[in-house]
Amino acid sequence: MAMTYVQKLLARACGKREVAVGDVLEPPVHLAMSHENAALVLNQFNEIFQGTGREAKVWDPDRIAIIFDHRVPAESSKTASNQKKVREFVGQQGIRKFHDIRGDVGGICHQILPENGYVKPGSVVVGTDSHTTTHGALGAFAFGIGATEMASVWTLGNILNVEVPGTIKVVVNGRFRESVYPKDLILHLIGTLTAEGANFKVIEFHGEAIRGMETSGRLVLCNMTVEAGATAGLVPPDEETRSYLRDEAGLKEIPEFFGPDGSAVYDHVVEIDAARLEPQIACPHAVDNVKGIGAVAGKKVHQIVVGSCTNGRLDDLEIAAKILKGKRVADGTRMLVFPASWRIYHQAMDRGYLRDLMEAGAVVCNPGCGPCLGIHQGALGDGETALATTNRNFKGRMGNPTAEVYLSSTAVAAASAITGVITDPREVH
Amino acid sequence: MAKGKVVREFGDDVSTDIIYPGRFMATVLPTETPQFAFADDAEFNKMLKAKEVAPGSFIVAGKNFGCGSSREQAASCIKGYDFTVIARHYARIFLQNSINVGLDMVICPAIEAAEGDELEVAAGKVLNHTSGKSFPIEPLPKARQAIIDAGGLIPYTRRLLLERAGR
Ligand code: SF4
Repeated sequence: MAMTYVQKLLARACGKREVAVGDVLEPPVHLAMSHENAALVLNQFNEIFQGTGREAKVWDPDRIAIIFDHRVPAESSKTASNQKKVREFVGQQGIRKFHDIRGDVGGICHQILPENGYVKPGSVVVGTDSHTTTHGALGAFAFGIGATEMASVWTLGNILNVEVPGTIKVVVNGRFRESVYPKDLILHLIGTLTAEGANFKVIEFHGEAIRGMETSGRLVLCNMTVEAGATAGLVPPDEETRSYLRDEAGLKEIPEFFGPDGSAVYDHVVEIDAARLEPQIACPHAVDNVKGIGAVAGKKVHQIVVGSCTNGRLDDLEIAAKILKGKRVADGTRMLVFPASWRIYHQAMDRGYLRDLMEAGAVVCNPGCGPCLGIHQGALGDGETALATTNRNFKGRMGNPTAEVYLSSTAVAAASAITGVITDPREVH
Repeated sequence: MAKGKVVREFGDDVSTDIIYPGRFMATVLPTETPQFAFADDAEFNKMLKAKEVAPGSFIVAGKNFGCGSSREQAASCIKGYDFTVIARHYARIFLQNSINVGLDMVICPAIEAAEGDELEVAAGKVLNHTSGKSFPIEPLPKARQAIIDAGGLIPYTRRLLLERAGR
């Protein structure tokens, strides 16, 4: 039987020759990631062991990763106490893939996993975070789960009730025009599929524009597949994946790659010509409310946010720094920059990007989730408007249900910081 | 089977930020999450906290209920009030979380009900006693029933743990 990439991956993970869409499997988990919500996971985990007479031990401490990122440094004593509980648990259980609040190896979970070589092509990755889909950029089947389900994984080492998903094949041909980025592609795709268009399915990316894209761009695509409801996004690994794993992630042994069968059956195929795309904006209050930049240009913006697990990588900081160098963030607009990890922060510092941004008036914050979900820093005032390179613009997302959040690429955000209104980066030079 | 009134009716794509806003995510325990259920819907949240809504009531919603974050608080906060959710469909993670924590939920692709309507979940359908109409229920994805029958994922995993240890 011809199989899609996810079918092949799950068949291999489960030691089967083939699996069909709809089959129910219990694949072993290669990596189980949590952030601060490990506090809830460990509560549920301890409850599982209650009354069993057995010591509560995780199945394999080397396959668990815990990264503090959502509220770092802690914004409240409650968070600090949760983090303390998790830190103690990590010590007791011998979990070594633990990234505490540190200025060297800390950062946002969806950057820490790839840059440290924790994610391998062909593996099954689960995380207590919906944007765990990010890791499909390296050819893993990676998806978000809830805390109780993670407690079950910590106990058993496999994930129960995985139905082999159907696959939507997205083929992107052509080359991106100037000032158009992977973020514009994924916003366009979400607008086309709608917020539930890929529910219970996975999206497999193909085509010349994907093959020519660096891993940082593929991470952006897969990160946001969940905004179309997809269980996961997947880029079958290639030479780019190999060089990322070797050079960025420092992996010595790279597993053998495989791809989907040529005659695999897809639920449907979406074809996109990258050369026809222009900068895209997701408008309030839904990620699938996507418009071409022309429809919203000129809209006043009070807060610009560049960063997050979507667009807080070195190439984003480079784009922002190039646009803002020697310019000034407009009066009445504030700009916040959140690098995705401290490694990126250091690199951006060495290359002078952070200085360029700060000299233009941007506030460079520490890596973390910060304003992305509005619980820590960078909350919006009543009725204010934000333009962010993050991935969600739901009502209340940036901490204020009366505010509005628009989503864009880094280039649009940086250009708009200079003018104070939503601006096409092709018009700022 | 459940019978009661519709206390809130929602449209499509209700996100977990609406059900349980991100700024309360430091609160994790199922015993503590219900106070923040629908916190940005001030009127509804007040009714809930004042216990003006009877357990066994219904929340009715459109498609893609619970989209967005994987936060399990969105399921546990509703469960705390002992409501049943009836939606046209759910986002995947929310659906799984609800089953895992034992929140009563029904997939009813054609449901039509307004606030105040009297509903009843019967075998294979939802009866709207106010409008006199009935709407078929779609069964949950296969293999979830074992978790529901076990009373949630915690007792289910506990059983598997003991079974595997006994092998
Ligand atoms: S940056 Fe935003 S979307 Fe990414 S993990 Fe943090 S809160 Fe979630």
